Amino acid sequence: MLHIKCPHCGMRSQNEFSYGGDATVKRPELGKEISDQDWDNFVYNRKSLRGKHLELWQHLSGCRQWIKVERDTATHEIFRTLKANEDNS
Amino acid sequence: MDQNFRLSDGGLINRDKKLSFKFNNKTYYGYEGDTLASALIANGVHLIGRSFKYHRPRGFFGAGVDEPYAMVQLYRNGETEPNIKATEQELFEGLEATSVNCWPSVNFDIGAINNFLKIFLPAGFYYKTFMWPKSFWYKVYEPFIRKAAGLGVASIKHDKERYEHKYEYCDLLIAGSGPSGLASAYAAAKNGARVILAEDKARFGGTLLTSEVNIGNKSGKEWAEGIIAELKEMPNVTVKNRSQVFGYYDHNMLVMSERISDHLSKTKKFHPKQRLWYIRAKEVLISSGSIERPIVFGNNDTPGVMLSSAAKEYLKVYGVLVGRNPLIFTNNDSGYETAIEFKKNGVDPTILDTRKDPQSEIINEAKNLGINIKFSYVVVAAQGYKKVKSADIAKISDDKEQLGSVENIKCDCICVSGFWTPTIHLASQSGNKTKFNEEIDAFVPGTSKQNETTLGAANGSYTLEETLKNSFETAYDLSKKITNNDNKISLPNVVEKKSTTHDKFWCVPLPKGKNYKRFLDFQNDVAVSDIEIALKEGYRSIEHVKRYTTLGMATDQGKTSNLNGLQLVSNIENKVVPNVGHTTFRPPYTPVSIGAIVGREVGKHSKPTRKSPMHKWHEQNNAIFVDAGVWLRPRYYKQGNENLFEASKREAKNVRTNVGVCDVTTLGKIDIKGPDAAELLNRVYTNAWLKLPVGKARYGVMLREDGIVMDDGTTTRISENHYHMTTTTAQAANVLSHLEYYLQLVWPELNVNVVSTTEQWAGAAVAGPKSRDLLQKLFPKSDVSNEGLPFMGFIEGDLFGVKARIFRISFSGELAYEVNVESDNGHFMWEKIMEVGQEFKIQPYGTEALSTLRIEMGHVAGSELDGRTIPYDNSLEGLLSKKKDFIGKRSLTRKAFIAEDRQKIVGVVPLDKKTSIPEGSHLVKDSNAPLPNPKLGYISASCWSVEHNNPFSLAILKNGKNMIGEKLFVMSPLKNKVIPVEIVSSHYVDPKGERVRS
Repeated sequence: MLHIKCPHCGMRSQNEFSYGGDATVKRPELGKEISDQDWDNFVYNRKSLRGKHLELWQHLSGCRQWIKVERDTATHEIFRTLKANEDNS
Repeated sequence: MDQNFRLSDGGLINRDKKLSFKFNNKTYYGYEGDTLASALIANGVHLIGRSFKYHRPRGFFGAGVDEPYAMVQLYRNGETEPNIKATEQELFEGLEATSVNCWPSVNFDIGAINNFLKIFLPAGFYYKTFMWPKSFWYKVYEPFIRKAAGLGVASIKHDKERYEHKYEYCDLLIAGSGPSGLASAYAAAKNGARVILAEDKARFGGTLLTSEVNIGNKSGKEWAEGIIAELKEMPNVTVKNRSQVFGYYDHNMLVMSERISDHLSKTKKFHPKQRLWYIRAKEVLISSGSIERPIVFGNNDTPGVMLSSAAKEYLKVYGVLVGRNPLIFTNNDSGYETAIEFKKNGVDPTILDTRKDPQSEIINEAKNLGINIKFSYVVVAAQGYKKVKSADIAKISDDKEQLGSVENIKCDCICVSGFWTPTIHLASQSGNKTKFNEEIDAFVPGTSKQNETTLGAANGSYTLEETLKNSFETAYDLSKKITNNDNKISLPNVVEKKSTTHDKFWCVPLPKGKNYKRFLDFQNDVAVSDIEIALKEGYRSIEHVKRYTTLGMATDQGKTSNLNGLQLVSNIENKVVPNVGHTTFRPPYTPVSIGAIVGREVGKHSKPTRKSPMHKWHEQNNAIFVDAGVWLRPRYYKQGNENLFEASKREAKNVRTNVGVCDVTTLGKIDIKGPDAAELLNRVYTNAWLKLPVGKARYGVMLREDGIVMDDGTTTRISENHYHMTTTTAQAANVLSHLEYYLQLVWPELNVNVVSTTEQWAGAAVAGPKSRDLLQKLFPKSDVSNEGLPFMGFIEGDLFGVKARIFRISFSGELAYEVNVESDNGHFMWEKIMEVGQEFKIQPYGTEALSTLRIEMGHVAGSELDGRTIPYDNSLEGLLSKKKDFIGKRSLTRKAFIAEDRQKIVGVVPLDKKTSIPEGSHLVKDSNAPLPNPKLGYISASCWSVEHNNPFSLAILKNGKNMIGEKLFVMSPLKNKVIPVEIVSSHYVDPKGERVRS
């Protein structure tokens, strides 16, 4: 079970969180023209990366905040966690 | 039987407490502190079971967790449990156990014929021998293998015992209480660290209980007892025996199984049987010791052949002799310790040492005691069937290739020592990159990935002084890092016997003309010849060899077999062991009972139960409940001898003719506030929301980004910047997360706050032509006329002094209202509705009638919004705004979603108007078409239409919009039904929707 540092609540066990996928995916702007390919990329196409991955988790049984977690998908090492509005870079 | 093999004194057992037990229905006696294994050996019993494949007789091989043979079926307090290791099971009064894998008895086992059929049972025999003829697999081979290959029988009764889970945090978790575990626990605890020390066995101390050493002028055992006593008194230390740390998971989470009651004849009141500990440790010290390695020779599986360390443990801990004429076969000094113990207890052993001329303190001691030692000698084969009777031995050449002439000597046990294999399982599980240590011919932990350190024998350190020194230092350093304390313990004076190097000899060659089975894996019956075959057939990767031969795949996970298997593969392949590599170690280290894993979450405790504030009323009024997610909802209210069908028909009919009331508290409710609330709704729902006036509700559908319908419900504008959203019962939690996702991550600029209020409101749906009359009486001060409260209107009202929200919304398709009050007033509201409703012939209705009403109206619910349908499929395309964008809109233009013959919801009526249609059935054009019959659609929901008095179903049908009037067949292979049907509109009742607006 992972140990995730919620930027709002501190270190908590994985079972308080739910996983939310790739955090680098940006939703296309509402009302803007977008090609089929770009839309498909947004909705469906994800790389199953081995290594460092910035992903979303929600602290579901805690503060309910969506957070960003930088994690190694192979080793589960967590490098840092960010608030939803914090810059990834 | 009278414990003939028990010494008159000695051991750590309690001789004052004699215990009786039964093995294979025969009564024996042992002492408190015995294991089942030690008590059986004390009684001279060495035949415990039969082997997995060849059904060869099986005895005892070890004295603890590494035991590959002695698994029994245990009976305790009316329960039975399979695969219990006799070497781990502590004896209690009245214990009963039987052999497994033998029939009709362990002494005469028919399966032993496999031993003579072994040419048919080589490596991979599952894949080869039983392949032809094909039909034989089902009729002959499979049933035979099933019967023959069992290892005990699982109980099918409900387990009455209680199992618990516990979460714990500590600075240092120490796995194993041998010398390194005790030393490090003591050093860390004295330096102020929070320590958990776990010991798998009942007794703390590990090898200190059996070795002749001296620490700080005390015997090893006394020193261990002193340390444990002190640790137990310290508030920052938790000391647990009978506790196996079996799994090392991510982020230093370890799981430990504590056997609290298994050693007692009955679990004490209020005690669990076992407890699973989830421990998050800052640092982990692995002091799991090492397991003695066997030497491979002919018939080395014969009962009476066992590890020399086990023989010593039986002697020193249990006061039991494994034989009176022991042969010790060793390639290192450890075998001598066992021999000396035998000699001290009046038994004359013979030592066969594979080494030519080793010199050490302990060898000298053995020589001085007059023990018969033969150097450069090996055991070629054990002789005897159910117990060792003698051994064929021979001199071996210096290059270990040639055997001298074979002679036979009498013996009743062969104690083997092929040196030691560090127990690196936990380290390896943690992700540690293990390395091969040439000096000890075994893998040891290498580079750590997590915060773990392996100490002592588990790290390949076999001298006590070095082990204690390292353990004290490591624990001091780690605890200092955590606590910042600086309290150092000085190393006590250590006296131990010095050993010399071992001989890297592990397998005795076959003598000319002999074809003895030489076993590597004792539990799965994998012999040297099996590995040879696998390699001959082209298997190279050790992982493949393992799976093909089943080497190391038994319940003991190859604790005694892995390294010898690797040696063999590398010898044949002309590689060195590190290049062959070892197979992956995975948790659990030892088998863990399913009960412990499940814990308290069994039966109704497997999920929480949610009840509405009106639950008690439902109970008192004969409600029959149904699980709706985690909620309990009334399915119907039974009157007299009614069944579900009759009751739901009555309830639904009463809604259509008079008025009914339904508990809708379970609907998800989300309170939405903020200046941008309307904008959020406008983006989340498919229809337009910006112009909804205050005091009005609107039905909305929300999609996922892929265009699939996620949920539907009504949302009401309570005031300018305040909305009340309802969701389906099932999707309530997902919708809230969905909204939070968009608000926090995608559109953080929207100034909106959302919070779940599902528990804050109790809800009652009042539905039927007489509902307005009832409502007027409930809220005499409010104007509930069609003008005052029109369809989709909302007002607040006063229900006999209780504040209420009244929504004019309808799921049943009748004139209907939903009344919400604060949860605490739910019961009061319900009673008032029932009381005032008497006059209008009100009846409560449950979920079954609710379904009937919505199905015949063609209103969609969870069975249509099943995560596979888009708005069009549910005839909800009218709710898709063309003017604005919304979540998922772009996906709706995908080719499949706009196909001309896209599936759509329809109604289905059987031609005979009698046969009810099973939900989940398929719709086909021709019921006699050859298989696979093309499927046109499926039945999503079925009911008995109370309006038309015949069966009616909803279906999702291909090209549904052009199918009205078609005749098709419903096929349910499960129920063996073929029903001719007609396709009709999904709106079977009041297609124009006049009633809700009346």
